[in-house]
Amino acid sequence: MAQSVQTRVIAILAEQALMNVSEVNLEATLEELGIDSLGLVEAVFAIEETFDVQVPFNANDPSDSKFDISNVQSMIKAVDGLVAAAGN
Amino acid sequence: MKRVVITGQGAISSLGMSATATMEGMREGRLGISDLVIQDVERLSVKIGGQVHGYEGADYFSRQELVLYDKFTQFALLSAKEAMEQSGLEIDERLSLRSGVILGTAGGGLHTQDENYRNVYEAGKNRVHPFVVPRLMNNAAASHVSMTHRMQGPTYTVATACASSNHAMGQAFQMIRSGATDVMLTGGSESMLVFGGIKAWEGLRVMSKDACRPFSATRNGMVQGEGAAVFVFEEYEHAKRRGAEILAEVIGFAMTSDASDIVTPNKNGAARAIKGALLDAGLNGDEVGYINAHGTGTTANDKTECAAVREVFRAHADELMMSSTKSMHGHLIGGTGAVELLACVMALRDGVIAPTISYEQPDPACDLDIVPNIARDAKVNVTLSNAFAFGGLNAVLALRSI
Repeated sequence: MAQSVQTRVIAILAEQALMNVSEVNLEATLEELGIDSLGLVEAVFAIEETFDVQVPFNANDPSDSKFDISNVQSMIKAVDGLVAAAGN
Repeated sequence: MKRVVITGQGAISSLGMSATATMEGMREGRLGISDLVIQDVERLSVKIGGQVHGYEGADYFSRQELVLYDKFTQFALLSAKEAMEQSGLEIDERLSLRSGVILGTAGGGLHTQDENYRNVYEAGKNRVHPFVVPRLMNNAAASHVSMTHRMQGPTYTVATACASSNHAMGQAFQMIRSGATDVMLTGGSESMLVFGGIKAWEGLRVMSKDACRPFSATRNGMVQGEGAAVFVFEEYEHAKRRGAEILAEVIGFAMTSDASDIVTPNKNGAARAIKGALLDAGLNGDEVGYINAHGTGTTANDKTECAAVREVFRAHADELMMSSTKSMHGHLIGGTGAVELLACVMALRDGVIAPTISYEQPDPACDLDIVPNIARDAKVNVTLSNAFAFGGLNAVLALRSI
């Protein structure tokens, strides 16, 4: 088994935030991590490439997207769901 | 300073194969956005666009011409031909040296690129057609228009993303106003509706999968379109002397850079461009009756644009009309300002304000009169046309009836 979803999502966010993975707190919001809208779109792309999934995310209204980006934990949970649904 | 007037216009869009047909579509509030018919559309998540359906280059151009003309060049040439015919201009030896072409495009010959990348990468071919470079280069359209109409003066292409056409027309205006030329063919052209052109935009996640609904609370992104519009800009005395029919006068232009973010719009940069155009034209804000909005249908653009208009016009913001015709023909990227200038000419000449269609629900952040869904009869004397590009580059034109 490769690294867990959590480890890999945190690595993706840490890269965008220019932080060490150990500094990425599960409760942290994207804003707290200093990830702006461009950074978010890039992170979503990295998630899609890493997990071979389609992330339902529209930058026009992130809060209305089916992908919950409230904090790190919610994103991990959302990716878990996508991975399970894709059967990867 | 010389005065500058418009004496001809031509266009192609998903609303129609001419300027007249495009304006008719705007007047009817017709939806020119439909299911895309392109290669590999099943691999796209965005499957709609303002596509010019049923278009065949061979209906208009010879085989020898087609090997040199990408679709964006074809669109520009057809629009320029219509504009020149309407203007009635004869390009003699003298005028040939005193006229030029400035066109906008963002993608240039993307059909050529897409097709040839397929050939070398996907099909593994090791040979491409010898004219790939002259077909795909961004200045191909301007050069072919210059050759076709024998315009030997200043000729070039402007590529400032979604503001390309407005920058091009603004430069053409300044060229004539300064006395450098007497006649300019100007506008813009885009044909980005190919697999790679749409896939790239998909990646940014600002595209709608169902409709372009500018200023509506339910808006969920932009929709791409394709086409072109070309105008004859002419020095006023020159046009008057030859008894030309004058469609409108170009009275002001301004451009600014946000110098802040590569994609996020900026109210200050937009407001400065609008104010600059008013100043350049010597206008009071309350003289403006209609603004053709940039109005992309993204959350960020529409609320920023409304805030900028409110800041510049203050109380008069509630009096003027502002609509986005992108709701009908889609976003033509580098060609968009040119097609949209038709809405300004239509407002000034015909007293018809193009609507913002697909409008569903008010958004408190966009509380201007956006002429929802149905065109309106109204007399206006001055119009503005906004374009705010990725890269933070803003260009606003001012037109007056004459």
